[in-house]
Amino acid sequence: MMKLSFEVNGTPCDLAEIDTRTTLLDALREHLRLTGTKKGCDHGQCGACTVLVNGTRINSCLSLAVQHHGDRITTIEGLGTPGALHPMQAAFVRHDGYQCGYCTPGQICSAVAVLAEIEAGVPSHVTADLGAAPPLTNLEIRERMSGNICRCGAYSNIVDAMAEVAGVKA
Amino acid sequence: MKPFTYERPTTPAAAAAAVTRRPDAKFIAGGTNLLDLMKLQIETPGHLVDVQDLRLDTIEATDDGGLRIGARVTNTALASDPRVRRDYGVLARAILAGASGQLRNKATTAGNLLQRTRCPYFYDTYQPCNKRQPGSGCAAIGGYGRPLAVIGGSDACIATHPSDMAVALRLLDARVETVTADGTTRAIPIADFHRLPGDTPHVETALARGELITAVTLPKPLGGTHVYRKVRDRASYAFALVSVAAVIRPDGTGRVALGGVAPKPWRAEAAEAELPSGAKAVADALLAGARPTADNAFKLPLVERTIAAAISDARE
Ligand SMILES: Cc1cc2nc3c(=O)[nH]c(=O)nc-3n(C[C@H](O)[C@H](O)[C@H](O)COP(=O)(O)OP(=O)(O)OC[C@H]3O[C@@H](n4cnc5c(N)ncnc54)[C@H](O)[C@@H]3O)c2cc1C
Ligand code: SF4
Ligand code: FES
Ligand code: FES
Repeated sequence: MMKLSFEVNGTPCDLAEIDTRTTLLDALREHLRLTGTKKGCDHGQCGACTVLVNGTRINSCLSLAVQHHGDRITTIEGLGTPGALHPMQAAFVRHDGYQCGYCTPGQICSAVAVLAEIEAGVPSHVTADLGAAPPLTNLEIRERMSGNICRCGAYSNIVDAMAEVAGVKA
Repeated sequence: MKPFTYERPTTPAAAAAAVTRRPDAKFIAGGTNLLDLMKLQIETPGHLVDVQDLRLDTIEATDDGGLRIGARVTNTALASDPRVRRDYGVLARAILAGASGQLRNKATTAGNLLQRTRCPYFYDTYQPCNKRQPGSGCAAIGGYGRPLAVIGGSDACIATHPSDMAVALRLLDARVETVTADGTTRAIPIADFHRLPGDTPHVETALARGELITAVTLPKPLGGTHVYRKVRDRASYAFALVSVAAVIRPDGTGRVALGGVAPKPWRAEAAEAELPSGAKAVADALLAGARPTADNAFKLPLVERTIAAAISDARE
């Protein structure tokens, strides 16, 4: 058992006693009751558990909660609220970027981070010129979203939603 | 997961001492491989020593014109570094061909080198596996061998090393810098870092217990055109069936290393002399003595074709 303090969606959180085995995903869902973040595979293979840690997307299932002492976590609940959706959330609704919705919180967290990564110049497997800023294209978006699996196959609508937020034609 | 205790030391020697002190202790970096294996009880450490506060997360120029990459530099940070993109393109390409954006944000340089095999029987705790449980046998030999090694394996184990990054580091002649509990440091050439299985497939590297990786260094840039070609079952987010890292100079000479075919990144300097004669000569020299299974014999022609594709990519 250990003590853990971090910031979740702008609110400081102190967990007095947490089992060291608790993943960040389970801490969010079971301890903080933030059930927006989903558990698909629990092994880094599906992306349903994607959250932002200090602004960077990771799989919360493959991280121990105690490794995040002092970190700033953003989950789907922290991106927007039902009354004030994040532009990416609104675009997913507009473009039907989901069917059952299970993968959607992870897709949206990933999508927000992907646009930020392109903006920051992080290259990808499909970036032709490593010396240049990566272009904002359909191909780049698809490759960068490959860590988020959607069993319902909403992929093309997800790309459309992302392209709209990014201001490009998909 | 089995219960464990957790600490975050602040100096490399203290971290090494913490792991050396307890036989059941392990370092944890990004956790993307270790936690995966702990959930399956393939790894069962009783104590975890987190390396995140050791300040091993910078990339610096070295005096001889190379780079020193801190052990905890993330795969994303390494592939994004302008010096790596300009001078060591094959390394950036190899990293970006692996895993997913989320995983690369978390995965570290040392953790990537030390990730364990993806042999399906290693993951299935109901099967015998000499790597997971020394002396229990090898379910892969005579089993389903499609993803496994065609060269470098032994009668005890035919698993491959799954890392893409390590193939590029082998091509570039990187060195792995370490420190032990008493403060002793050394630099291990990457060629000697990963071990072939022989009779002891559970011993995978040259590291001693408790020896901490502090950095990976790259010699000064090689020039030439840098290519990383990865062939896999999906276009993204899958391990390599075969991969080829290559640096090709304008006169057709260069270097080639393979991933997905052996228990360690596979390179034979003698095979590189064949580059001007074409892909077949290089593949034949690299894979001389290969012992594929019925399921993975396809990797032999695939290596030749992937080398041919890499050479032609370099000419473009
Ligand atoms: C779904 C999935 C797909 C993947 N696909 C690919 C792929 O296509 N290509 C690829 O190359 N990889 C792939 N990976 C593997 C990924 O690259 C590794 O999990 C990652 O690089 C491990 O780094 P880490 O920092 O998270 O290591 P950890 O899990 O923290 O540690 C791994 C090992 O390294 C040891 N260690 C860590 N730091 C040090 C240190 N400084 N000194 C000594 N020992 C240390 C730990 O004790 C542990 O034994 C994939 C992983 C997943 C889950
Ligand atoms: S090939 Fe190696 S890892 Fe796979 S079952 Fe055999 S001993 Fe285990
Ligand atoms: S639940 Fe984390 S990647 Fe599937
Ligand atoms: S919407 Fe059902 S899994 Fe993606």
